[in-house]
Amino acid sequence: MRLLSQWLNDGHMQQSGTGQGHAPAADQGGSAAIDVAHLVKVYKATRAVDDISFRIARGSITGLLGGNGAGKTTTIAMIMGLVLPTSGSVAVLGAKIPEQRYEVLGRMNFESPYVDMPMRLTVRQNLTIFGRLYAVKHLRERIDQLAADLDLKEFLDRSNGKLSAGQKTRVALAKALINEPDLLLLDEPTASLDPDTADWVRQHLETYRKTHNATILLASHNMLEVERLCDRVIIMKRGKIEDDDSPEAIMARYNRDTLEEVFLDVARGRLREGAPEGTP
Amino acid sequence: MSEIVSHQPRGISLQRINAMVLRYWYLLMSSWPRLLELVYWPALQIITWGFLQNYISQASGFFARAGGTLIGAVILWDILFRGQLGFSISFLEEMWARNLGNLMMSPLKPIEFLLSLMIMSLIRLAIGVIPMTLLALFFFGFNFYAIGLPLIAFFCNLIFTSWSVGVFASGLVLRNGLGAESIVWTLMFAVMPLACIYYPVEVLPTWLQYVAWTLPPTYVFEGMRSLLIDHVFRADLMAWALAINAILFVASFAVFLALLQSAKRNGSLLAGGE
Repeated sequence: MRLLSQWLNDGHMQQSGTGQGHAPAADQGGSAAIDVAHLVKVYKATRAVDDISFRIARGSITGLLGGNGAGKTTTIAMIMGLVLPTSGSVAVLGAKIPEQRYEVLGRMNFESPYVDMPMRLTVRQNLTIFGRLYAVKHLRERIDQLAADLDLKEFLDRSNGKLSAGQKTRVALAKALINEPDLLLLDEPTASLDPDTADWVRQHLETYRKTHNATILLASHNMLEVERLCDRVIIMKRGKIEDDDSPEAIMARYNRDTLEEVFLDVARGRLREGAPEGTP
Repeated sequence: MSEIVSHQPRGISLQRINAMVLRYWYLLMSSWPRLLELVYWPALQIITWGFLQNYISQASGFFARAGGTLIGAVILWDILFRGQLGFSISFLEEMWARNLGNLMMSPLKPIEFLLSLMIMSLIRLAIGVIPMTLLALFFFGFNFYAIGLPLIAFFCNLIFTSWSVGVFASGLVLRNGLGAESIVWTLMFAVMPLACIYYPVEVLPTWLQYVAWTLPPTYVFEGMRSLLIDHVFRADLMAWALAINAILFVASFAVFLALLQSAKRNGSLLAGGE
């Protein structure tokens, strides 16, 4: 039975109270969408994520900022349960990750430049497969709706490999929205998009958040995007949280007009306004 | 939960397995070279070995008596080898497409993923081996299906072994990235000399015979020779093969899960490269 349970649950034993016949441990509302406590990830000698803690409220858009190697992708991967933490804990929509991830995976989705959609399959075929994996009802209508919303209609029956980078990003976003997730994790959602399309995607994400009260966590290097979209910004550097507040409050703290200037201050180790030396 | 999503069962979901099979079916149908390759190598194998069998039958009284042992062995070996390849190539398609992260983040469970790969291995095997058996009948008068019910026992044992090896090889690629891809293509060949495909187990040195008898295919090929040469179906051999297969099957799943956990620990799931 133990082995069977492991097979069914990704190698993790289900925690008590979440087995067959019990109510799901993941709640439907109330608690934070994401609750990260003292999270650490060490790869051999590298401390990729170093004791970070944060809670993300439901219905909010939070930006995860930081230079290359700051630990953003590793943090998102641990939230998704694709990377196991060295220590600390993650809870998503009330479910412990990774132990209870199958309780909530159907309510989450993600998009990342580290993964692709199968190239030889058409956009419609790809969306059909992911729709079925997420058990989406009325799938054909849902795909048509996404095609209209994200302007995919003209290439819905074209192979993914024959699309431009911008079109592929839109398809990846359609896949990320196929199950109308309560929690959306996005890594560089507007990378490779021209400014007009990028702006249009941001608008779509904002509307989606409002209409579905969805929580969005996005990692981005596009500071304007983060300023415009996010209620809150978490700045990471060398695996640690360097700052965590609303974009306005952070800019005020660094006495800067844009997040880009703040980002450069953090990246280059310049102290924020009034902060004593030696403090982050 | 969003209203557009149906209630999802806690156990194994046939819908998700079906979605994955559909994914590989779309892929197969989108590429004629993939389809051609499935038929090409088995056809080449059977024609080469069939003519060899014809030749040595003329020169050797034993092979004239034991008609079809070589052709039968070639077909059964192909079931073993192509069964594993059919499983592993579908898995590799996900690595090549960098799609594993999408799948691992979806509600698809590892057991469902593996079951879909098993179904695909059967489909790919059918596309390759059925024409092969027809060629054997047409060119060499060897009716593979005349083996009758024992064929089911042979097939089941070989396919279980091929899946076990496929699960194990896929786990290694999952853990180590595409740098370990060659394992998929070569692992089954390590079994080949010890499985005694073309010769009886007695040919091996005594100590190696003990090793050979730990492999389920050895029982199948011995069983095949017993059937084609002595016209005796050895149910005891099939029962042994099935018992060892059960152990291998469970062990390969356990190893796969351990390697998946290890991949999650070292962060290779999203990387997927070399």
